[in-house]
Amino acid sequence: MARRYPLDMDTYRAPVRDARFVLEHITPLSALTALDAFAHAEPELVDGLLEEAGRFASEAIAPTNRDGDAEGAKVVDGGVVTPDSFKQAYDGYVQAGWGAVQHPAEFGGGAFPLTVANVVKEFITSANMAFSLGPLLTTGAVYLMQHHCSDEQLQTYVPKLVSGEWAGTMNLTEPQAGSDVGAVTTRAVPADDGTYRITGQKIYITYGDHDLTDNIIHLVLARLPDAPPGTKGISLFIVPKFLVNDDGSLGARNDVEVVSLEHKLGIHASPTAVMAYGESGEGATGYLVGEPNQGMRQMFTMMNDARLGVGLQGVAIAERAYQQALHYAQDRRQGRGPASEPGEQAAIIDHADVRRMLLTQKASIEAARALCYANAHALDLGHHADDPVVREQQTKLADLLTPLSKAWATDLGVELTSLAVQVHGGMGYVEETGVAQHYRDARIAPIYEGTNGIQALDLVGRKLPYDGGAFVKGYLGDLRSEATALTDDLAAIREPLLAAIDELGTVTTWIFEHREQPNDVFAGATPYLRCFATVVGAGLLARGAAAAQQRLDDGDTAPYGADFLAAKVTLARFFATQLLPSVHGLTGAITAGADDLYAVAPGALAP
Amino acid sequence: MKVLVPVKRVPDTAGEKKIDPNDRTVDRESVESVLCPVNEFAIEEAVRLKEQHGAEVTVLLVGPESAQPIVRKALSYGLDAGLQVTDDGIAGSDALGTARVIAKALEAEEFDLVLFGNQSTDARTCLVPAAVAELLDLPSLTYARHLEVDGDTVTVHREHEEGWDVVQSSLPAIVSVVEAINEPRYPSFKGIMAAKSKPLAVKSLADLGVSPEDVGSGAAAATMYEFADRPPKEAGTIVEDDGSGTAAAQLADWMAEKKFV
Ligand SMILES: Cc1cc2nc3c(=O)[nH]c(=O)nc-3n(C[C@H](O)[C@H](O)[C@H](O)COP(=O)(O)OP(=O)(O)OC[C@H]3O[C@@H](n4cnc5c(N)ncnc54)[C@H](O)[C@@H]3O)c2cc1C
Ligand SMILES: Cc1cc2nc3c(=O)[nH]c(=O)nc-3n(C[C@H](O)[C@H](O)[C@H](O)COP(=O)(O)OP(=O)(O)OC[C@H]3O[C@@H](n4cnc5c(N)ncnc54)[C@H](O)[C@@H]3O)c2cc1C
Repeated sequence: MARRYPLDMDTYRAPVRDARFVLEHITPLSALTALDAFAHAEPELVDGLLEEAGRFASEAIAPTNRDGDAEGAKVVDGGVVTPDSFKQAYDGYVQAGWGAVQHPAEFGGGAFPLTVANVVKEFITSANMAFSLGPLLTTGAVYLMQHHCSDEQLQTYVPKLVSGEWAGTMNLTEPQAGSDVGAVTTRAVPADDGTYRITGQKIYITYGDHDLTDNIIHLVLARLPDAPPGTKGISLFIVPKFLVNDDGSLGARNDVEVVSLEHKLGIHASPTAVMAYGESGEGATGYLVGEPNQGMRQMFTMMNDARLGVGLQGVAIAERAYQQALHYAQDRRQGRGPASEPGEQAAIIDHADVRRMLLTQKASIEAARALCYANAHALDLGHHADDPVVREQQTKLADLLTPLSKAWATDLGVELTSLAVQVHGGMGYVEETGVAQHYRDARIAPIYEGTNGIQALDLVGRKLPYDGGAFVKGYLGDLRSEATALTDDLAAIREPLLAAIDELGTVTTWIFEHREQPNDVFAGATPYLRCFATVVGAGLLARGAAAAQQRLDDGDTAPYGADFLAAKVTLARFFATQLLPSVHGLTGAITAGADDLYAVAPGALAP
Repeated sequence: MKVLVPVKRVPDTAGEKKIDPNDRTVDRESVESVLCPVNEFAIEEAVRLKEQHGAEVTVLLVGPESAQPIVRKALSYGLDAGLQVTDDGIAGSDALGTARVIAKALEAEEFDLVLFGNQSTDARTCLVPAAVAELLDLPSLTYARHLEVDGDTVTVHREHEEGWDVVQSSLPAIVSVVEAINEPRYPSFKGIMAAKSKPLAVKSLADLGVSPEDVGSGAAAATMYEFADRPPKEAGTIVEDDGSGTAAAQLADWMAEKKFV
């Protein structure tokens, strides 16, 4: 039978122009290149990088997405084998060096702002989310090691992780220790030679084993014999798959094995491993990172970076699915459109409801992208701004935005890939088109790297109280001033935006007033996070719309083109008038308190 | 050894190209300019010569000042230096005029090997490499699908309709490569960063000693009088097998009618 749906579903075009627009007009790169640390990240160079990274993602990585889903990762003879197409793609990735963009120059990195590196991550993730997880974990490992390892450890491991020749993993989770990392029981016992013997089981370890690199550097949370209970008694260890000799060559195979891989809803090509440490002897050889019992504190240094990386996955996967939906909507003909000739079937994109779905995807993706890039921008300024006051403020801003990016963007990832399936009608539900894969792949992102429920608790419990609440109030004030300054030709954006900021102010006040009843606050934390993020996203789109309108008024449209700029204004208006008002509907849930949630006993919830 | 790679700036192969009705040249505003994709194969071959023989590679572009990003782009694959010939007098050159400029530029350089693309993706005349070889009176090895350098000998597999010939020549020589020769790598992140600080020389016609009468629109041997847009693609004929056993005959008739058989 002929294929019903001829679109090559591996097609992905990196949205380089969209990214460039955000970097120019919403989260300005110029604020970063003004700093010594980033003076080398000139706009033309960044344009060239994004262009090439986009081409690499689209041509070299995107075609592996479908195979990866169908083949999946497998355990063969005790080792994990990745899908065939992954080897060449990964070698190409290492050769091109895209993993090095954000890392320090002293380890062979490009020392670029996270704001730029994350665009590259977005492209690679859209191209193949399951593939991208390996490099993401490696980046996380470098980030962590760079801040806490000894010089010797740095020299031994980090350059090869930066280049991608070796890979890294993060081993936190155990059967009884998921959201509750403090419950970790993996043991580390000091040996005579200053190393440690690690024994225990870790579960859900992403890329816990694979055949893409010669060595894998596991970062493992474990407890020393005399450690205090809970999070205060956790230490961080380096456990390489192969021990590294003094001359840098690979030595003995360490006692760390993959027990099995999980069968999952999505990201089939990303091995999710059960790992056994010290199964066949007195323990795997581990090296302590920094001081004992500092593991949780050390993990925190990479938390913003890692959580933002997962937030970006929501943007990336939604973009990939959207591109496919847009293509399909122009191809598939059904029914009559507003301008159809009698007897002629219109492309479904001519139907208002299909347009609604496509614009919802596009506008939401742009809002979430802007939020994630703004988050990276704040992290960059927080680390590198010259003025210590600016550094402190920007770090707080990044801390505030991180749970928003992680949770909102990944929830949108699920919702928007679902809409992309919907645009395809029945063809969306059959696997043939490939759009169903994006929906399945997207579903993990709200779960790992701190569930979205935990993100909401982080927002209300840890971030709102900054400076006794003054920080967040100041931030809301900034949002309001920027919205108020929108000119009258953008009143259609300004008015709903101001109304939504008022609503956010009201529910924030409610939360402060109820801080003595934390469970009432926790009850509404998830809808509160959504309200907050939706408002921030709308504000950032409005900033972009104002810049786009200005350029249109000035006739200064290069290199974007007038149509592109006009679309930015329309999408921001669509978001402000049709999506943003949803925040008013969240207030009831945010301020209801916990009473009803507990009024029904679990037994009574059963049918 | 020293290798020169002449590269051309062309309108994006995937983009809709337009011709400016006033001067009947490509409307550069309407479409993005890119490094000619055929040149990526020559660049890859040059990078391999760097890896194997420590070759020093210079990229050469004849084109307006605005084409400089294309030189940088070529450098981002890891080449060593750039040379751009820019002069208002070059505008409107035909293939021979372009070849004259390239030949003069080469004369001023030391080289063992010149690696052309066999054609460009816009004008596609395939004339430039052979013309340059003729002008410089050097061996011309065109359509290379395989290349090896050993001492001062270059061996290429020269592609043609029936297969390929093995052709050998002493160096220096002029080679043009076809896409079958290799699979080009992507420019690396490091390569892109390094490209901006690679030396790039710019020369004019006067620097090269090219007489303005020999190049430019005035010297072009061919003149474009008229052009028309490509006609829109028509739907193809579909022969359906309705089970009556006539499909093959219908297909044969159609092929005969179109003179394919
Ligand atoms: C595909 C995949 C890859 C993974 N990769 C890694 C990895 O590389 N390394 C690693 O260490 N881990 C990894 N994980 C583990 C992942 O981080 C955990 O699954 C996650 O943190 C949630 O823990 P859990 O599964 O135990 O869920 P639980 O903690 O049991 O959570 C169940 C539900 O209860 C909620 N909940 C839990 N505690 C609270 C609370 N205090 N307040 C309110 N709600 C709460 C959660 O939000 C969630 O909805 C991976 C998991 C998967 C599925
Ligand atoms: C719209 C249009 C209008 C034109 N008008 C005229 C005209 O009026 N009269 C006329 O005679 N010709 C005209 N040309 C042809 C034009 O002059 C040729 O494109 C040019 O001279 C090179 O020929 P080619 O592209 O066919 O190169 P080819 O011989 O197909 O290219 C082979 C290789 O030569 C090298 N090369 C080619 N050009 C350059 C360069 N500029 N710098 C460095 N290396 C290069 C590259 O390695 C390339 O892969 C026109 C072309 C176009 C597209």
